[in-house]
Amino acid sequence: MALYIKGGRVIDPANGINKIADIKIEEGLIAAIGDFAGAITEADEVIDATGKLVTPGLIDIHCHLREPGLEAKETIATGTRAAARGGFTAVCAMPNTKPVCDSQTGVEFIYNRAQATGLVRVYPIGAITKGSDGQELAEMADMAACGAVAFSDDGRPVPRSDIMRLGLQYAQMVDKVIISHCEDPELAKDGVMHEGYWSTVLGLRGIPAAAEAIMVARDILLAESAGAKLHIAHVSTARSVELIRQAQWRGVNVTGEVCPHHLALTDAAVEGFHTATKVNPPLRSDKDIEALRSALNDGTLTILATDHAPHTAEEKACEYNYAPFGISGLETAWPLFWRELVEAGVMTLPSFVAALTVAPAKRLGLPGGTLSVGAAADVTVIDPEHTETVTLENWQSKGKNTPFVGQILRSWPVTTIVGGRVVMRDRQVIG
Amino acid sequence: MAWQHKDLLGLRGLSKQEIELILDTAAPMKDIIGRDIKKVPTLRGKSVICLFYEASTRTRTSFELAGKFMSADTVNIAASSSSVVKGESLIDTGKTLDAMGTDIIVIRHAASGAPHLLAKHVKARVINAGDGAHEHPTQGLLDMYTIRERKGRLEGLTVTILGDVLHSRVARSNIWGLRTMGADVRVCGPSTLLPPELATIGVQAFTCIEEALDGADVVNVLRLQLERQKKGLFPTIREYARQFGLNQERLKRCKPDVLVLHPGPMNRGVEIADDVADADFAAIEEQVTNGVAVRMAILYLMMGGSGSGAVH
Repeated sequence: MALYIKGGRVIDPANGINKIADIKIEEGLIAAIGDFAGAITEADEVIDATGKLVTPGLIDIHCHLREPGLEAKETIATGTRAAARGGFTAVCAMPNTKPVCDSQTGVEFIYNRAQATGLVRVYPIGAITKGSDGQELAEMADMAACGAVAFSDDGRPVPRSDIMRLGLQYAQMVDKVIISHCEDPELAKDGVMHEGYWSTVLGLRGIPAAAEAIMVARDILLAESAGAKLHIAHVSTARSVELIRQAQWRGVNVTGEVCPHHLALTDAAVEGFHTATKVNPPLRSDKDIEALRSALNDGTLTILATDHAPHTAEEKACEYNYAPFGISGLETAWPLFWRELVEAGVMTLPSFVAALTVAPAKRLGLPGGTLSVGAAADVTVIDPEHTETVTLENWQSKGKNTPFVGQILRSWPVTTIVGGRVVMRDRQVIG
Repeated sequence: MAWQHKDLLGLRGLSKQEIELILDTAAPMKDIIGRDIKKVPTLRGKSVICLFYEASTRTRTSFELAGKFMSADTVNIAASSSSVVKGESLIDTGKTLDAMGTDIIVIRHAASGAPHLLAKHVKARVINAGDGAHEHPTQGLLDMYTIRERKGRLEGLTVTILGDVLHSRVARSNIWGLRTMGADVRVCGPSTLLPPELATIGVQAFTCIEEALDGADVVNVLRLQLERQKKGLFPTIREYARQFGLNQERLKRCKPDVLVLHPGPMNRGVEIADDVADADFAAIEEQVTNGVAVRMAILYLMMGGSGSGAVH
């Protein structure tokens, strides 16, 4: 018995496919792409994808699943359910858990929990430094050997240049990417939002755009000298984009990612002091958003990621200054990106799909991101006409911290298939 | 005209008519303060709670007296001696006070936006008595009342706000209120204490005090929080006093009938010279009196009083 996805527009940038076709899935693998109208029997399962997009399963290379240690915010079980509802078939978990994932044990724990409770694939990212405290290198080679897919102290920058240099050199040795949270901690200190007009109006301490760009510049120079692979997490400023673009011209192995909220909202959203808008890096200016769009348009930035950062309602129900940073992003990523990038004409459909599939897979050396025959059948079906109001009613993540509640968004993932198994159908998570 | 809002959280967004309503209502209130028996029954049976998360003498006492002069039951809560020290959240504290039948909560808090959070969660009306570096609307109103009392108008005046604008809620409320009322607003201070994008708000920013004072009708001197120097935001108190301190010599740049304001408490000899603070052209004590009147007006209007000026 086979599973067929019938009649959808198949977009597989990895193989240059963009056509109406059927997909046949057998034993968890992509068996064929073509026209199977006559081959389908009553025993087969059929998903009618007429009028829909069929893409490789979406991959998020930047999310926070919070387990172990912070299970009140999220668990691997709930986080992967949120991922499935968002159309993601694989997520990379940042290591800022409690304890920090900075050892072989930590990496193995995540694989084991994901195996036992996860609905989609989970790839652990190991810490660069022990406890992510920026002082001593973590056992990166050990972690790489047992499956850490990249290294990052995300949530915090690596403040010392000497340690960051060592981290890049060491990652280069084990052929892994360093994902950098770029922020000068002294410049950003006590800041809670973007420094600009709105921080002046609201009397909130600002985080200057330069706090990010300074570290982007530093890390590019260090990666260049180490010959290492550098990926800049959650790029949010125009100046960062410029620095990445210039470095790529010089041949530096640097990439960057953009998050949905950094495209969909400016710092004006902070008016009213709603803590759901508190995110790090902060929501920036129109000018910064324009630069991010240009960079996605010209290929300077090639990866879209969520920075899914769930928090409990209690933690966010407080004064703006005291709330933790983060937006729960997995479940609204696709329609937000769609509105800001596809409907706005910033990216072509194939390059857009690539930024959520093959590009992140290639960057971190992950399986997936393709509909190649013989590949694991990780597939997402999207209905570009489906309109839905963002509510928390069916929200799967424990983190209800989203500033998008009430927004009417178009284009939603309707089916998510992981290894041939349907984990989300008609917007309902299964399993 | 009556007060249309549930709360008073800031002056940004208030209309000229609304500000005029408060200022006009404050005038008869000031008469009450001048009486031998400072008591009217206007707010009898109403309760006002002053919830202060930061130390304060004049604002808290001013609100308390404003309530008492109008026969409201006023209660003061200092966060340091409340359940806050047990870790109670602002929302829960607010709900507790709400459940006790509080009519008005006056809140001061170190975090910008705290009154907004409280207002969303309580039925009581909320008055912002200063939140972080955001707004201090009643101070802005009492400053405007004082200016209008002395100058007869606000429109067309040039007002220079001098000092640490970056951290000042007083400056922000003054900027919004004065601009709405048609005054030209300048700010002046060290570049490290001026926030970005002031021009976008419609304010001229200066780092040269002489230029900022040139032809000014009013100078509003902000209190310098001396710990800013320890944080390295300016080199020394001495240099600040020399570069930005308001003295008689510098005041000669202003209009001859200049009015000097200061929200207090003052650092004499730092941001303001002694002989300026105590001069006739300074209205610093009057500001305090007017503060009570303005707060009486706000409590009265928020409890349903009309702006007819008749207070019983």
